[in-house]
Amino acid sequence: MAADPLAGSRHDLRHDLSPDAPEIENYSEGDGAFGYVHSYETGSRLDGPGIRVTLFLSGCPLRCQYCHNPDTWRLKHGTHISLERIVSRLRDFAPALRAMKGGLTLSGGEPLAQPAFSGRIFGAAKGLGLHTALDTSGFFGVRATDLYLENVDLVLLDIKSSDPETYRRVTKQDVEPTLRFAERLAAMGKPVWVRYVLVPGLTDDPANVEGVARFVAPMKNIEWVEVLPFHQLGTFKWQALGLNYELAETPPASKDLVERVHRQFRDAGCNVR
Amino acid sequence: MLQVVKSTQAWRNFSGTRWQSEINVRDFIVSNITPYTGGPEFLAEPSKRTLAVWEKLQPYFREEAKKGVLDVDAATPSSLTSHGAGYIDRDNEVIVGLQTDQPFRRAIMPTGGWGMIEGGLKAIGREPDPAVRETFTKYRKTHNSAVFDLYTSEIRACRRSNIITGLPDAYGRGRIIGDYRRVALYGVDRLIEAKKTERAQLDVRWPTEEVMRLREEMADQLRALADLKTMAENYGFDIGQPATNAREAVQWTYFGYLGAIKEMNGAAMSVGRVSSFFDIYIERDLAENKLTEAEAQELIDQFVIKLRIVRFMRTPEYDALFSGDPYWATECIGGMALDGRTLVTRANFRMLQTLTNLGPAPEPNMTVLWSKKLPDGFKRHCIKVSTESSALQYENDDLMLPEFGDDYAIACCVSGMRLGRQMQFFGARVNLAKCMLYAINGGRDEVSGEQVGPAFRPVAGDTLDYDDVMAKFDDMMAWLARTYVHAMNCIHYSHDRYNYERLMMALHDRDIVRTMAFGIAGLSVAADSLSAIKYAQVKPIRDESGLVDDYETTGEFPVFGNNDPRVDDIAADLVKRFMNHLRVHATYRGAIHTQSILTITSNVVYGKGTGNTPDGRSKGEPFGPGANPMHGRDSHGWLASCLSVARLPFSDAQDGISYTLSVVPGDNRQGDAETFSRAVDALDMYFGQGGFHMNLNVLSKETLIDAMDHPDKYPQLTIRVSGYAVNFIRLTREQQEDVINRTFFHGKI
Repeated sequence: MAADPLAGSRHDLRHDLSPDAPEIENYSEGDGAFGYVHSYETGSRLDGPGIRVTLFLSGCPLRCQYCHNPDTWRLKHGTHISLERIVSRLRDFAPALRAMKGGLTLSGGEPLAQPAFSGRIFGAAKGLGLHTALDTSGFFGVRATDLYLENVDLVLLDIKSSDPETYRRVTKQDVEPTLRFAERLAAMGKPVWVRYVLVPGLTDDPANVEGVARFVAPMKNIEWVEVLPFHQLGTFKWQALGLNYELAETPPASKDLVERVHRQFRDAGCNVR
Repeated sequence: MLQVVKSTQAWRNFSGTRWQSEINVRDFIVSNITPYTGGPEFLAEPSKRTLAVWEKLQPYFREEAKKGVLDVDAATPSSLTSHGAGYIDRDNEVIVGLQTDQPFRRAIMPTGGWGMIEGGLKAIGREPDPAVRETFTKYRKTHNSAVFDLYTSEIRACRRSNIITGLPDAYGRGRIIGDYRRVALYGVDRLIEAKKTERAQLDVRWPTEEVMRLREEMADQLRALADLKTMAENYGFDIGQPATNAREAVQWTYFGYLGAIKEMNGAAMSVGRVSSFFDIYIERDLAENKLTEAEAQELIDQFVIKLRIVRFMRTPEYDALFSGDPYWATECIGGMALDGRTLVTRANFRMLQTLTNLGPAPEPNMTVLWSKKLPDGFKRHCIKVSTESSALQYENDDLMLPEFGDDYAIACCVSGMRLGRQMQFFGARVNLAKCMLYAINGGRDEVSGEQVGPAFRPVAGDTLDYDDVMAKFDDMMAWLARTYVHAMNCIHYSHDRYNYERLMMALHDRDIVRTMAFGIAGLSVAADSLSAIKYAQVKPIRDESGLVDDYETTGEFPVFGNNDPRVDDIAADLVKRFMNHLRVHATYRGAIHTQSILTITSNVVYGKGTGNTPDGRSKGEPFGPGANPMHGRDSHGWLASCLSVARLPFSDAQDGISYTLSVVPGDNRQGDAETFSRAVDALDMYFGQGGFHMNLNVLSKETLIDAMDHPDKYPQLTIRVSGYAVNFIRLTREQQEDVINRTFFHGKI
């Protein structure tokens, strides 16, 4: 209904909006004056401090089994849009976000699939006096240069597993880059909230949890470990995209399970919620 | 001399002098208030007596939910003294007084219009009393019949076509708030004395029509005050004298309000701003060890019980507009004083506590006057109460204080007015979306085909042109505004003459500010339609008579509710434009023009009577309520939705801009304290950005759907809709579905 290329919310299925876009491995984004965007949402209180605008970029190197936004995997799913338009939209919200001690969170997709574009958005957001957060899997962590991270106040880092095998089963990718990125952030003292998606039968193995907990516990820059219980809200997208959804029968994480995992992180010395 | 002695006893330990020498409750409050900046820790549970009274009422509530109206006294036109004393449970009632001799027995008030009485009785299978009918159809003219003597054929056509709807021409206009606190602070004798003085000053004025009307009104006011004393005597109280303690202060004030609801079946019968006033008496009694906290809470609980069982006789047509039997016993809490102190008191907390002690309920319509400067403990507590009850509305004190000073209250949903110094002529609303369709069709109604508006040139051609439609819309708005002001003048002339609120006006100063409160519905539909015409392609589709009755819209266009200036500015411009058209026309009694963007539940009825619109809305589909975006179109979260509404200009809608926000209680991993802080920041932000009003619902769609199917499980489920709260199970099925179709945000404030 809207002429706005950013129409629709994250909960709407949006795909094939730029059929000519390349796959991320073949993508060269130039100076980042344009990029691919899925959608945005306003008013979140979960994606960083205060109240946020969350912008979902397209393109992701991971193929997580539980992904609730599979329509953000490929650049061609999103809208090709100018940085200028994004910034002008952000400007409409800036006074309200500042008043609520909040800011901008870039999510996706994987914002680091488009480092030039996302870096310039962060730069503009800092110019508007907003707090900035990067929601990332860390797989492309090397692409976030020190200069890039200067405009990022908080990293929401998804560590799905510390065990390479489990990680590969969940995401079809290697865990190494994520762990190295986490260590680099720790060395920099960059504030991080670690996110751990708890999927029964996939990531709930006590040893797996233990591994992540032991890995992050010594890192002083980690303010929170957030355990996110798996839900089925994205199922319809998998079906609509004709993808094989392997978790169709997976139940939501039970209260007891969530409590157990909390305890594991807490016992390791993490601030968990 | 005796008077002085008694006042001294009643006013012991109170400070300030000005309020003693003149009628000035505001001065009394700021001279004696104890602002409270703490939290809810001190609050007490309901007393045994309160629970006993409340228990006694439950069968009535249950029966009413099934049957509707339980009982009517059809033979006795209601007045201050028409019925003797009535009780719920005499041994346990701490605050007494009923509208008739029985709880839930409704009274008839025929001076508003006989049709309302006959229609209301017929709807429940009762016959009117022949003698009463003869009196009010033969010997005593009513407001309703007078209005129709004055109406033009054009106004009648507008009513019939639903372009102007809900006008108070067949029922009491309401939206007047007597300053009921005066009864407690001064006693009725002093008020009579003051009124007589004001009246005597009129003797030197030449008897123009205006002066004679005022003299006559004041004579009626004096009779009403005398009758109010008699009414209280029936309950064994002498309210000639001021209240001497908290219990009397609550009781005297309630008697003032009771008198008003015995005499006037007004659409909205607000209470005002009484709890912080009560607090002054409670604080004094607590200090003198004459009252405990439990007893203080008991007073407020029992007062609120009375406000929950106000009942009026109304017709099914009326219920369709204002569903769920509302009466807007609006009570304001919070707010700031001009001197920078807060007006939050412990009694504000006690008022909120009734929602816990007695469970949630739509009435009294609790309204938080929100300022950025309110104490944090109070703000957080309000959010907590909203989360638990969905029963609160919030209004912008920082916007209203400069307009109305620090002793104003809200009439109905969103209408601010200085207590005892200002009243309004209520005027429901016009259908702005339909007006746009009239512009397209040269004044013909898109549903009936009838020529209702002036026969201007309809749009020609295959595609709607924005500038052309806008120019035609502007002309049509000018016509509609003129017809609307015309109708309102007729209504309020008649209402003053035949259905004058003698008691409520006796509790005002003689010389008051009057506003004439116009309103618009369908703002988001009109704005989205204009946006479609401007940014997309809209082809009109005509029937065989040339009437445009459908549209083919292709392309994309921005819609209201996403903080997008391209369309939000159109909405703001419509508000300003229509207001300026209203301002051109002289009003009855020189009232100041104001406007609201508010629909109550009438967004359903308005939508029903409006054809297809260029934004893609189908014929009959409900409008967004109040100033809300159309259901589901605010697709980018609550923040974007809020900011669009906050952009609407209060200066051109001083009678209020209603916005309802429903959020789903969600992930609470950050914990209550953090969640409440963010909600407080969100409200500070919304009001700081110029937002005027917010109905805040915290509940899930699933709960509502379950309540539709199993009403017995949810006897007290309360939800806020445009400007008021309703008991959900008492809405019509259609309105329940409308509420469920509204946007629920999962963003979670």
